[in-house]
Amino acid sequence: MSLPARVATLVIAFLAVVAGGAYVALHYIGSQPPVEDFTSYASNGQVNVTLMTAPQTTVTDKPDWVTYFIQNPATKQFVHTTYFEVPANTKINVTILGYDGCTPLRNPVWGRVTGTEGGVENVSIFNGKTYSPSQPVSVFDSYANCSVQHTFAIPGLGLNVPVASPPTVAENNALCTTSPCVASNSSEALAPHSVVTFSFTTPKKGGTFRWQCFIPCGGGYLDGNGGPMGTPGYMMGQMEVQA
Amino acid sequence: MAIEAQPESAQAPGGREPGGTPKQRSWWLRPAWHTAIIGAVIGYALGHWLGDFMTPSFVATGGGAPDSNDEAIVLGYAFLVIGWLIGLGVFNDLIRQMRGKPVNGSSRETAGGLAKYFRYTLDHKVVGIQYLVGMLVYFFTGGLFAMAIRTELLSPSYHVLSPTAYLEVVGEHGTMMMMMMSSVVIGPLGNYLVPLMIGSKRVAFPRLEALSFWLTPCAYAILLSSILLGGFPTGWTGYAPLSIQAGEGMDGYAFAFGLMGISIILAGFNIIVTIICYRAPGMRWGRLPMFVWAMLTTGFLLVLAAPVLVGGMYMIITDRTAQTAFFVNQLGGSSYLYEDLFWFFGHPEVYILALPGFGIVSEIIPVFTRKPLFGYKVAAAGMFGVAILSFFVWQHHLFDSGIDPDMRPLFMLTTELISIPTGFIYLVAMGTFWKAKLRLTVPMLFAMGMYVNFLFGGISGVFLSDVPVDTTAHGSFFVMAHFHYTIMGGLIFAFFGALYYWLPKMMGITLNQRLGKIHFWTMFITFNSTFMPLFAVGMLGQPRRVFEYARNLETLNDWVSISAFCLGVSMLIFIFNFVMSTVVWRERAPQNPWQSRGLEWQIPSPPPPDNFTHIPVVLAGPYEYGDPDALPVADLNPPAGVIAGALAGAGAGTGTTSAGSEA
Amino acid sequence: MAAETSHPAPAGEQGHRRDGLWLLVIWIVLSIIGCLLVAYVWGPHLPPGAMSTSASSQQFDTRVLAVVATPVIIGVLLYFGWALAFWRQKPGDETDAAPIHGNTRIQALWIVVTSAIVLGLAVFGTYELINPAGSGSGQGPQPAFNHGVLAAASDTSWAPNTNNILQVQVIGQQWAWTFRYPQFGGFETTDLVLPVGQQVRFNVTSLDVIHSFWAYQLGVKADANPGVNNVAYTTPYHTGTFVVRCDELCGIWHGAMYDYGKVVSVPNFLTWAHSTETQLAAVTKLLPPYALTYDPTVLANVGKVNQQLGLTSAGGGYYNPADPEQP
Repeated sequence: MSLPARVATLVIAFLAVVAGGAYVALHYIGSQPPVEDFTSYASNGQVNVTLMTAPQTTVTDKPDWVTYFIQNPATKQFVHTTYFEVPANTKINVTILGYDGCTPLRNPVWGRVTGTEGGVENVSIFNGKTYSPSQPVSVFDSYANCSVQHTFAIPGLGLNVPVASPPTVAENNALCTTSPCVASNSSEALAPHSVVTFSFTTPKKGGTFRWQCFIPCGGGYLDGNGGPMGTPGYMMGQMEVQA
Repeated sequence: MAIEAQPESAQAPGGREPGGTPKQRSWWLRPAWHTAIIGAVIGYALGHWLGDFMTPSFVATGGGAPDSNDEAIVLGYAFLVIGWLIGLGVFNDLIRQMRGKPVNGSSRETAGGLAKYFRYTLDHKVVGIQYLVGMLVYFFTGGLFAMAIRTELLSPSYHVLSPTAYLEVVGEHGTMMMMMMSSVVIGPLGNYLVPLMIGSKRVAFPRLEALSFWLTPCAYAILLSSILLGGFPTGWTGYAPLSIQAGEGMDGYAFAFGLMGISIILAGFNIIVTIICYRAPGMRWGRLPMFVWAMLTTGFLLVLAAPVLVGGMYMIITDRTAQTAFFVNQLGGSSYLYEDLFWFFGHPEVYILALPGFGIVSEIIPVFTRKPLFGYKVAAAGMFGVAILSFFVWQHHLFDSGIDPDMRPLFMLTTELISIPTGFIYLVAMGTFWKAKLRLTVPMLFAMGMYVNFLFGGISGVFLSDVPVDTTAHGSFFVMAHFHYTIMGGLIFAFFGALYYWLPKMMGITLNQRLGKIHFWTMFITFNSTFMPLFAVGMLGQPRRVFEYARNLETLNDWVSISAFCLGVSMLIFIFNFVMSTVVWRERAPQNPWQSRGLEWQIPSPPPPDNFTHIPVVLAGPYEYGDPDALPVADLNPPAGVIAGALAGAGAGTGTTSAGSEA
Repeated sequence: MAAETSHPAPAGEQGHRRDGLWLLVIWIVLSIIGCLLVAYVWGPHLPPGAMSTSASSQQFDTRVLAVVATPVIIGVLLYFGWALAFWRQKPGDETDAAPIHGNTRIQALWIVVTSAIVLGLAVFGTYELINPAGSGSGQGPQPAFNHGVLAAASDTSWAPNTNNILQVQVIGQQWAWTFRYPQFGGFETTDLVLPVGQQVRFNVTSLDVIHSFWAYQLGVKADANPGVNNVAYTTPYHTGTFVVRCDELCGIWHGAMYDYGKVVSVPNFLTWAHSTETQLAAVTKLLPPYALTYDPTVLANVGKVNQQLGLTSAGGGYYNPADPEQP
């Protein structure tokens, strides 16, 4: 090949390699679920955050995976993400709508509520028709009773909140079948679920805190900790504290 | 030992029958790279469908997502490899022979041009160049992943990559490097140079050699494909049970590593038989170049250790797909089984990486000190000692794992002992340097850099072999610094030195020496700046493969990351030099620019297709510098009858090289 | 290729240099300085510090190894530097150097000295392993290096300064550490508190994949394997905080799986232990009975809820071996 032809091939090959590398970097490696930003919604030093657990994720290409959703503070829609941002030194009032059924805890120590205000969470169960009165609970026995579906734990803050589950057989057989479990026809929103509320305070210094669930519910994966338990945006996420 | 008992005229690459002219079809109809890709695609589709067909109920395990069935993925990979090989024409000659047709030499290329590098060519020199380009691509891909790791580690708390992506990148970097660099010397340099150095026209098994190369692009593609499937979270060691728990990307790791294991077994096997059986008359064991000794010992390690790897990877695959429980404790298996299988391969693997480096520098320093290699027998003994002992030390990777504690002093002893033969390399180097006449060419700079780097790597290895110190250092960045110093500082520096040294022989063109010196100095300085602080980082408590670390280590990590980026720049200098020199400048090199006595330098650069017009008769060793009475290394035009006489002696039973000493 | 016939080594041809002697002298001097610096200036600050018996034993080991390594590094670097400085080929000189193939005495000396050093280090390492009871490393379920370890290991109670060793079970799970104190009713907590000056026996195990318990300042590292108990011993010398990290890649949050532990005075420890025991009594009742390993699929009452009530929840049949999708 003549010299100009060789040089031209070289340049094209080089650009192709660079383009390929950039594509891989941005598409596969650098991607991250969207972050729900609550920092501008603080009032009186408090912020409300609403999460939801769903037994399937029909909005993605992995419909069989369980997942969390976060409610966008502006649009009030439930977004499929587990990343959110809150201001520092603020009381966070969390509401979790638990639409999934029960699974026992692998390590029952995670059945105890820690790190919340008062050391309790308030639990109310919707059985398809009515809401039970909200009761404070501090310890769950997930073996003897069908009482826990997932946990919401921020180890960096010592926060551990088991998410209560609808306790009866009938309720567990009538769980919501799409996701998020707030559908346009109100029949899906009437699926049995729990309403768990608790509060905690973010530290003064900013930082990124991971959070995870301690119930290994990744069906089909050894020890249950694969799949949704190990993929960002499903059962694990990050809370950014904005100082 | 045995001399190739075939008439001289039949010693053509691939053993072509004399007088056969291949029938040439147009290039797109002959099997090559493009048909191989078509075969691979068809194979993957077929295998994937077969897997889904066999196990429909498993399709849902990945959350119901498409392409989440491990069986389909693994069978897809398996059929991909077979399709690739079929498309490449690997089986064509075999099928022809089975049908009784003559093997018409269509896969033998002697014509010039670039086309033969994209085919299943049986000339060991072509395979060597193919390996060279391949290895450079694999190395730099792995290096890109390293840049991503260091980017993430710039900050202990702000995360550029998600945790899944970070582990993906860590695993890809480690696996790409460890997997591919097993062949970084034996592939390009071993395959190319060993026949030239021993005076042979060919290797023993050219088909196996070419096959071992053509499996590597498959392994590369399969490993990278795991990124598309979500990556694998285990790092290059693939510890069960995490590897059994992981998602679909894990199959790519296990399959690619197993495939590469097969490739290196074939390469090692070929090299051993070539060295033992294809030496020219007069090439006694005492005259064998040190590089060839290194290839021989490495070949033994490859053949003996890699099968264990293939077995281990196969067991991971069956655990993940066929629901066996080799490595699952609660179902009757044991996670220790995996650790032992992996490290039984893993430790010889690191000597597979180190020994070729020793061979290269031992080969280079006599030329540039103008002195014989000091302590030839000691050097060879050192290589054998390292190779043999490397099978007895693997449990030092498991010191804190909860193995039987009585084993630990034993393995501490064997690990300490292995530093004795390793030290012989330094004895030989220092003896060779004694009152020498150093020529500081680029290959010599890299060789000296290798010795300095490997010193730190080796000493830190002695620290790690001590169980109490290992209690803090195991699994920390200290280990990282140790193996980067030995593998990158040792093998890769030697590899670059070898490239600068032997490229004039292989391609007849020389790499730009000024750029070479800039490359060396930037690489040496940035390499040490990157990895020396990591010893401290590790001993100060930072584990491996973490993306969050203690705040007080941030400065050190930032220094290391910036140095790593500069190291990447030095690699760019090399790439620029290599590409421009081979493609654009093409500066002709003389036949023997380094004035070396090696047998490979006595033939034209690049060598003719048959290497030697006549099988040479070796008269002396390659390191006889400074001795005015030394014979030239070989007689390239032995008088007629010498070879036949030697072969007649072989028929009579001895077949030793005594016949060759009368020239 | 003209021969260089006269190039005798020792008594310098031009009379200006005896390389061997100079090298030896400079090496010895630099080594002495280096060893003193390493042993006495750097030595006391070597990682991992001296907060416990195992940490200080490791620090001593590192010190000795560093002192042995210093002359080796200095020697090799000095030699190569000397070669670069004095043994270069002068420009225009195309001749070769002296054809020295080997020197049996030097080779034998090298082999003997390196073997002696290496064997000595192996013996020293073994001694350091025996002496402080395994030097903080995980020894598996039947520790062999228990010289000086207290004889009794009660599962039900503990008092300081008796023949009974404090037992702490370290449970690794994806992705947090919990610690169980069998001698205080078997409560399980995410806080690790230890009493100063008292021997501790860590029983490390895992509930799922392989983790590794690394208490840095205590110099303790023991892999947490599922279904296996891994024992490590140490005795803290000082009060203070130490960091606990996971040292074996265990999944996505491996890097975030760290914790802090505290060494406090003995009375503070007892107060903490008893008050935590009371505080956590409700949860302790729900835990499986204390055992050295736990099979998560065979815990008491596991899945009772699901099996009895016939429920299929998010986790499916909770690891029912009959279900091919639940390995």
